[in-house]
Amino acid sequence: MLRFLFHRILQMIPVLFFVSLIIFVLINLIPGDAARVFLGEEATPDAVAALRHELGTDRPLYVQYARWVGGMLQGNFGHSFKDNTPVLPTLLQKIPVTGELTGAALVVAWVIAIPAGVVAAWRQRTATDYGASAAALLGLSIPNFWLGIMAIYLFAVDLHWLPASGWTPLTVDASRNLRALVMPACVLGLVLAAVVMRQLRSSMIEVLSADFVRTAKAKGLGGRVVLIRHTLRNAVIPVITVMGIQMGTLLGGAVITETIFAVPGLGQLAVNSIYTRDFPMLEGVVMFSALSILLVNLLVDIVYSLIDPRIKLAEERS
Amino acid sequence: MSLAIRGAVAGADASRRAHRGPWYLFRRFARNRLAACGLVVFVGIVLTAVFAPWIAPSSPIKTDFATYLRPPGGAHVLGTDELGRDVLSRLIYGTRASLEAGVISVGLAIAVGLPLGLVAGYYRGFTGNVLMRFTDAVLAFPPLILALAVAAVLGPGLAKAMIAIAVVLMPVFMRITRAQVLQQRAREYIEAVRALGAWDRRIIWRHLLPNSMAPIVVQGSLNIGGAIITEAALSFLGLGTQPPTPSWGSMLNAAQQYLTQAPWLAVWPGIAIAVTVFAVNVAGDGLREVWDPRTR
Repeated sequence: MLRFLFHRILQMIPVLFFVSLIIFVLINLIPGDAARVFLGEEATPDAVAALRHELGTDRPLYVQYARWVGGMLQGNFGHSFKDNTPVLPTLLQKIPVTGELTGAALVVAWVIAIPAGVVAAWRQRTATDYGASAAALLGLSIPNFWLGIMAIYLFAVDLHWLPASGWTPLTVDASRNLRALVMPACVLGLVLAAVVMRQLRSSMIEVLSADFVRTAKAKGLGGRVVLIRHTLRNAVIPVITVMGIQMGTLLGGAVITETIFAVPGLGQLAVNSIYTRDFPMLEGVVMFSALSILLVNLLVDIVYSLIDPRIKLAEERS
Repeated sequence: MSLAIRGAVAGADASRRAHRGPWYLFRRFARNRLAACGLVVFVGIVLTAVFAPWIAPSSPIKTDFATYLRPPGGAHVLGTDELGRDVLSRLIYGTRASLEAGVISVGLAIAVGLPLGLVAGYYRGFTGNVLMRFTDAVLAFPPLILALAVAAVLGPGLAKAMIAIAVVLMPVFMRITRAQVLQQRAREYIEAVRALGAWDRRIIWRHLLPNSMAPIVVQGSLNIGGAIITEAALSFLGLGTQPPTPSWGSMLNAAQQYLTQAPWLAVWPGIAIAVTVFAVNVAGDGLREVWDPRTR
């Protein structure tokens, strides 16, 4: 297990290197000089030069890159262009909000997708299956920003059941927090439900045709026992492994839902820092989101090898 | 019959199945009614985009402050927007931005990802490894956030949004191509061609590439829908198609502000996106069923 873990973490290093390089190159491709953006058009050349020296942007690019990565390793993600506050505390302040939203969306997605996927696979090539599969495809086709706007119109503008937008932290008022959470979490969760349902359906179908399922049926076990205990348990594993991809869908979706519902999370921070051209902040959000996806993937691999010993063996033998 | 001969016969049978003509594939595709409907709707949308000037009842950018925010009905079948522009005409012209974004960004992603995938698959070792770690890194970003960051760097505009989407999709095609190449290059026929003295370049372009195309095309068709949604999302956030050019995403963005006075403004662009993407998705799914060897 330790060897596997070590190997897996070692593999992450080159990926992290490329991740940081991509972000660095992207940000440096932006035309214009950070010092000039910061000081405005009327600044004297001397002031600009002084600030460039202070920011370190007068150094060669590889020095800037090394300093940036070195800073991040020490927990220094740079300072916002907007108000010169450090990036990391702002990030840490936004993470719980997005965490709560994506967590709730994940619950919504799985609550819908698991029964739908199981039933569609069990009743394969029947009206139920076609209906559920078509609904999932439709779910993938509806843009979540439209779903969000329609939900606001129906539940906030027309029915007055829920607030149209805004956010109350969980620690301040739990019931108001829940009311603010319902719409964005459902909108974000529905798209993911479609993805999960399709994956679960196809892996259920694969497992249902496996020999051990036939054996279980031949032993005279009831349909429900075979379906839940034998099939679902095995079929859900590949669905869990693509959690990393789902994490990407979730964080991307959070950008949209947080913008529409005015939820003060990472997604809204990303969009706002694009509008205000606050690139250190944008760098921080993008870096954090990539990092969290890599960590989720690592976690999934660890859990996976604990659940399914076949994986670990295959990994160690190779 | 010896085992070897029987194996060869089975192989020939399989390759005959794989080489059935396009007509056979099309008939199998058409048997899936949902997929066939999707294709018909998609063709209809393409025709709408091409013949937009003849179909649209009026100009999509002509403002008329006397008739702003009119509900559907009368001279303006789907109503007018906040500047008095005809919503139906804007919707019809909006097909252009969406289709361009969907098709061109996927095409661009294939054009860059496919050669890189061929290289990564054929020249394993250092080059291949570096390329693969690079795709791992790109895939580590949430797609929409990376597209947003690239679009922010490039600046607003439809062409730039398409580049941003292509950057995000590129590693997907690179990986599929590489996987195909790895699978194909282990086959005997490649060994045979190499024994005959063919150069690397000839092996790659004449043999590996044609035999790797099916999953790439299928994946491409499945990604068009996602690309259309991403372009709409970027336009919705103000980074895609710029005013006054109509696009469904930016129409939704504007509609958000008039939700209480003119909710219909938010309804039509969303339906247009959903119908288009649904049509592309079911057609792509149908294509996968008939063409992808893994599901055959």
